[in-house]
Amino acid sequence: MTDQHEAEPSAEPGATAAATATADGTGAPAGGPPRGRLTGSAIIRAVTEGQTAVIVILAFFVALVIGAVLIVASDPVVLRAWASFGYAPGTALSATWTSVSAAYSALFEGSIFSPATISAAFHGGSIAAIFYPLSLTAFEATPLILTGLSVAVAFRAGMFNIGAAGQWIGGAIVATWLGYAVNLPVVLHAVVCIIGAFVGGAVIGWIVGVVKARTGAHEVILTIMLNYIMYNLLSFLLTSQNLMQAPKQTNAVAPGIASSAMLPHVGGPPPQVGVGFLIAVAAAAATAWLLSRSTLGFQFRTVGASPSAARSAGISVERVWILAFLIAGGLAGLSATTIVQGQTAPLTTTSYGTYGFDGITVALLGRARPWGVVLAGLLFGALDAGGTVMEAATGVPSDVVNVIEALIVLLVAAPPLIRLLFRLRRTGGTGPQAIASKGWSG
Amino acid sequence: MTTLTAPVRVPVSISRRYLAAGTFILLGLIDILVFGFFAHRGDARFALSLPGATPRLPVIHVPGALMSYVLGAISIGVGILRAAVDLPRWGKRLSIAVVLLCFLLSLLAWADAGNSVGPLQVIDLLQGTLTASIPLVLGALAGLLGERAGVINIAIEGQLLTGAFVAAAVASVTGGVWLGLIGGSLAGGLVGALLAIFAIMFLVDQIIVGVVLNVIALGLTNYLYDRVMAPYANTFNAGNTFATIKIPVLGNLPIIGPIFFDANIFLYITYALILVIQIALFRTRWGLRVRAVGEHPVAADTVGIRVLWNRYRNVILGGMVAGIGGAYLTVGSVGFFTSDISSGFGYIALAAMIFGRWTPLGSVAAALLFGFSFQLQTELSILRVPVSSFILLMAPYVATIIAVAGLVGRVRPPAADGKPYVKA
Repeated sequence: MTDQHEAEPSAEPGATAAATATADGTGAPAGGPPRGRLTGSAIIRAVTEGQTAVIVILAFFVALVIGAVLIVASDPVVLRAWASFGYAPGTALSATWTSVSAAYSALFEGSIFSPATISAAFHGGSIAAIFYPLSLTAFEATPLILTGLSVAVAFRAGMFNIGAAGQWIGGAIVATWLGYAVNLPVVLHAVVCIIGAFVGGAVIGWIVGVVKARTGAHEVILTIMLNYIMYNLLSFLLTSQNLMQAPKQTNAVAPGIASSAMLPHVGGPPPQVGVGFLIAVAAAAATAWLLSRSTLGFQFRTVGASPSAARSAGISVERVWILAFLIAGGLAGLSATTIVQGQTAPLTTTSYGTYGFDGITVALLGRARPWGVVLAGLLFGALDAGGTVMEAATGVPSDVVNVIEALIVLLVAAPPLIRLLFRLRRTGGTGPQAIASKGWSG
Repeated sequence: MTTLTAPVRVPVSISRRYLAAGTFILLGLIDILVFGFFAHRGDARFALSLPGATPRLPVIHVPGALMSYVLGAISIGVGILRAAVDLPRWGKRLSIAVVLLCFLLSLLAWADAGNSVGPLQVIDLLQGTLTASIPLVLGALAGLLGERAGVINIAIEGQLLTGAFVAAAVASVTGGVWLGLIGGSLAGGLVGALLAIFAIMFLVDQIIVGVVLNVIALGLTNYLYDRVMAPYANTFNAGNTFATIKIPVLGNLPIIGPIFFDANIFLYITYALILVIQIALFRTRWGLRVRAVGEHPVAADTVGIRVLWNRYRNVILGGMVAGIGGAYLTVGSVGFFTSDISSGFGYIALAAMIFGRWTPLGSVAAALLFGFSFQLQTELSILRVPVSSFILLMAPYVATIIAVAGLVGRVRPPAADGKPYVKA
């Protein structure tokens, strides 16, 4: 036992590695050799002993391979080529290669960069076009980072927030209403909407926290139920002509928000990197500060590690539950603002997409650390952006991207499996430690 | 840490006794002030037999508003009794049942009072309740099979979805609905096996595995649906379904017959599974071992119970049960698979299991409540009740929050639930 434990309250004496990792709250890998100069032997050791980054890369690789199998196994052309593998093995292999490489290069070009745009730039094309795929990635990542942070805050306080979808809707309703029903000057209007979205989401989160704290009801039930309540509330509001439905509309759609409430885009027309992305990064910074530097964050983590220990130490567990869910809800509400104010389409009954549930996977991949969530959100944003391009270019349904994302989370959470697959040596420590399992009784 | 840990005692701010009493009185006041006060003039009519059925039972006429007033008064009376007297355990349960029944009846009275469309089809409502509950009941049973042995199963949704997909595909390709059912069950079991392997062998956080398996199941079924099933629908999604089986004597009984004994095989399988799991869990050596593993694996291991083997078996069994629930969604009802056909039933089943305090009968009761709400919404839209269907759809979830907060409160999961067991 060292003094490291003062930084991170840990219920489990054995979890030294986890404690060191969470002490800085920035998602630095735990265990293994001290980080110093990047010498050759250090790299080899990192690879063979399965450091966090290496595990993530290998997990990504395995997920891509499984994705490739899916792409090939459902491609009639490739299957026909394989049927005649006996007398034309070359055809089968090349058909497989063509199918997979077409899909994955479209995935890459849609999310990172497309070589065609560089050569175009040399021949008088626009330089901004080179960064277009990256801007799409940031655009897709923005709401995911925020719902991911929402789930992460609850995780750190020992609770499971399945309700980011409902909180998202809470924020979306308030931001949309403020956006079209109120007249304010340019910058102020957008700021008011952003604050409104935070409050809207925070109220829904607060309900969960208060009901849990006052009556002991389980947050998993409460958040699931509130999701359905909010889905239906949104549909009700958007189909009632005297509430939020756009005038003279028969579809369930809200009026478009005023242009003064729109989030401006940095560097050109949408979807270039919007202020929304900057909000997400700022929210991550604020969450990181809250969790690792503030008294409240210390209380969150203490309750997350052991409610009974926290209570003995004089922390009001109920207050932590309420505040943690309030902040989690607010972050999910902010996620809505980047969609509602960030794009020109008005709010509909499907605007919430799957941000709430994707937030769970993003938070899990980011190990419930704010900067980890940002990285995970960017990775998923890239895959989502690329997936759309891939579907358009090759006809491979973008659902395969969701499978790849989920596989990455699963494999990253299972370092022993990756070590087994790649015959890596076991380290002395516990390796990358995921979120400690709290079960239901957190 | 696998040693004995004292359960965390969380003091609840308000005494359960007064909270429950307050909830009862609140519901009673809603009966009177909402359903009674806002009821249309005229009688509420309840038809007790399906149109054209024999023997034909009379349609019951009750003054709608008066009925709600009386039911509300009963609820308030029960509430006062609950606060004044420290009831025994069965009394508490009975009081909850009475107040909920009063609430539902006065809701029905309000909806049907003075309604010109027709009498409320009570048989249809209850029949629909039972069939709507099948995937929820099976999902909840799947969840508790795993959790009683100490493995959290959030992957119910994924098991339902995979079961539904494979059942539709197998039934369609082979032309045999029974093969579809078996295929669906095995597919659910496969998802269960993946959950078990990652949770038990690789010690991955069980909530992570569950969530991730749901995402994978959704992505994979959507992908295969778009890429294979929809383009070749004649081969892979032909829409085979089970026929209805009417139980010979019981099926002819008035009221009870059409509700309980005139459905397809899935309802009877559900009865059997409820019965078997309830008895097995609490009356057999097998169940004692399972519960020991879920509550205190170290003690169980000490007396020679194979902890990990019990967990593997139960999680896979649970997956197979949920797979049957998934098969119901396709070969048991509509026949065709559509994208995301389980539409969150797995999560509702999860809530039902927690609501039912990890007991088979409790979970079934909670699942029936959800099934009733789904079917009620259908019936009320037939009666053209002038309330937005979205408000009606919201009602069961609001009711669940009230019930969970006011009546159930803090629930206690199996002590070792979610904690991986590593032999010291």
